[in-house]
Amino acid sequence: MNEIIEGFRTAIELIITLNPEVIEISIRSIIISLSATLIASFIAIPTGSLITFSEFRGKQALVNIIQTLYALPTVLVGLFVFLLISRAGPFGFMRLLFTPEGMVIAQTVLILPILIGLTISSLKGIDTTILDALRSLGATKMQFLRSVVSEARYAIMAAVVLGFGRAISEVGAAIMIGGNIRGHTRVLTTAISLETSMGYIAVSIALGIILLLIALVINLLLAIVQNR
Amino acid sequence: MLEIRNLTKRFGENTVVKGVSLSIPKGEIFTIIGPSGAGKSTILRLINLLEIPTEGSIILDGVNIHKEKSIEVKRRMGMVFQKPAIFNVSVYENVAIGLRFRHVREETIKKKVADALDIVGLTGFDDRKGKTLSGGEMQRIALARVLVTDPDLLLLDEPTANLDPVSVRMIEELILRIHKEFNTTIIMSTHDMFQGQRLAHRIGVMIDGRFAQFGTPREIFTTPNDRFVARFVGVENVIDGRITSKDRGIAFIKADGISIKALSPLPVGTDVTVFFRPEDVAISGSSEHAGSIRNVFPGRVLSVIPMGPYSRIHLNCGVPLLAMITYMATEELGIREGSEVCASFKATAPHVVKR
Repeated sequence: MNEIIEGFRTAIELIITLNPEVIEISIRSIIISLSATLIASFIAIPTGSLITFSEFRGKQALVNIIQTLYALPTVLVGLFVFLLISRAGPFGFMRLLFTPEGMVIAQTVLILPILIGLTISSLKGIDTTILDALRSLGATKMQFLRSVVSEARYAIMAAVVLGFGRAISEVGAAIMIGGNIRGHTRVLTTAISLETSMGYIAVSIALGIILLLIALVINLLLAIVQNR
Repeated sequence: MLEIRNLTKRFGENTVVKGVSLSIPKGEIFTIIGPSGAGKSTILRLINLLEIPTEGSIILDGVNIHKEKSIEVKRRMGMVFQKPAIFNVSVYENVAIGLRFRHVREETIKKKVADALDIVGLTGFDDRKGKTLSGGEMQRIALARVLVTDPDLLLLDEPTANLDPVSVRMIEELILRIHKEFNTTIIMSTHDMFQGQRLAHRIGVMIDGRFAQFGTPREIFTTPNDRFVARFVGVENVIDGRITSKDRGIAFIKADGISIKALSPLPVGTDVTVFFRPEDVAISGSSEHAGSIRNVFPGRVLSVIPMGPYSRIHLNCGVPLLAMITYMATEELGIREGSEVCASFKATAPHVVKR
């Protein structure tokens, strides 16, 4: 019990004194996961809009598959991306394995289904009269899609925040693709996993608190924007 | 200006619009009235290119709009929907959106939005959030949003169906004002027959996917073509009979033991339906006011239903009759269930149609 209390005390100390390694790991985590979230959003929002407002065969099946992939295990994404970017893989020449860029790719793949799927649900939730009104006002196809996305912006923002949360909190793909290299690819989750296994409880707790704080701040920002 | 030819729309098994043809000249206010589900909205949506016709064509100033399908054609029209569709942005942006789609310069947008807000009486609302408005205000914004695009054809799909009476009056005044100021051709649907009467130059009564009758408001409300139209426009007394004799234009129509006197050019022996409004039926305690061209039927009161300043009175005079009189008259005559009274109406009141 003492060990845990001691751990919390040291953790607070590490955070308050802005321990350089803790800060570095935190910033790297945020950068990697934010990049993945941004890239995934740029792909997912237009894709989700197109799927929602196009009619084609197998549409429902596609949506079902996307929704199934919400629960995609992170280690499977790790494995999949590993196969693609390892030396022997088709993108091996790009030397992305054990780099932050590789981790961004893995996290992007991981959260794409959630972002596409939730974009589709957000857009489906828009009142049909709003859609009619946009068409009736003389919107081109592009203007229509842009306006509908804008109309669903709060729901889509929530989806993006959820995606970010999944990206920054996953550990399987980060360790397989990043390799937890100190000063290079070590992020909050992989560091917690390592420090705990090595018995450095205090550092783990500090990193855990930071991880939660990041989630808290992001959600507060979202709430502020949504209530504005 | 607008010509609809043999327009049909099916949704799956369900045929909603059944071979409708219609021509609307520039500057006309044409009102489609009819019960819910008659196909009123579908016609407006077909005109606005929101639905694709199963058969038939819609010609706007010589252009077959569903063949052309151009955004320019669409941008000549504006539509206001039954349910207020307000975007989750400021009032200013709500009104400006159609102009933004048309890449209009910001200065012009500013001016047009200000003018439109002035017309609908919402000046100063620019920065309010659309979603914070009341239903009536939303519908006025929806009108303003369409106005700024200067439509040649304005489509209004039951624009007042969900509004309180004050807002309804306001929207109606706006529609008349817009028509007066811009001479916009307006096609409007409503299930409120009196609204049709207040606003329209011409009315089409739509029943079950077809126009049962076209006419001026006066024609529709006094001379319905058939019992469906009659029932819908409030001509609730509908009696079937046969012309048994005639005297100088007055036909004597025998129906279920009573004989009705009515103006009609139809010959003796014709099977007819007689229509007249409850408002045209007077009630008195005795038959002493009976004149030669007045129909007078003694009968018994079945029920008295108060309706605002009026009473609706169901009578049995051999045939069932419905009368609408003021509550003052009801009280003065002491009319209640079971009262023995006389119902009367002029021979000019009924509209006689061949069966």
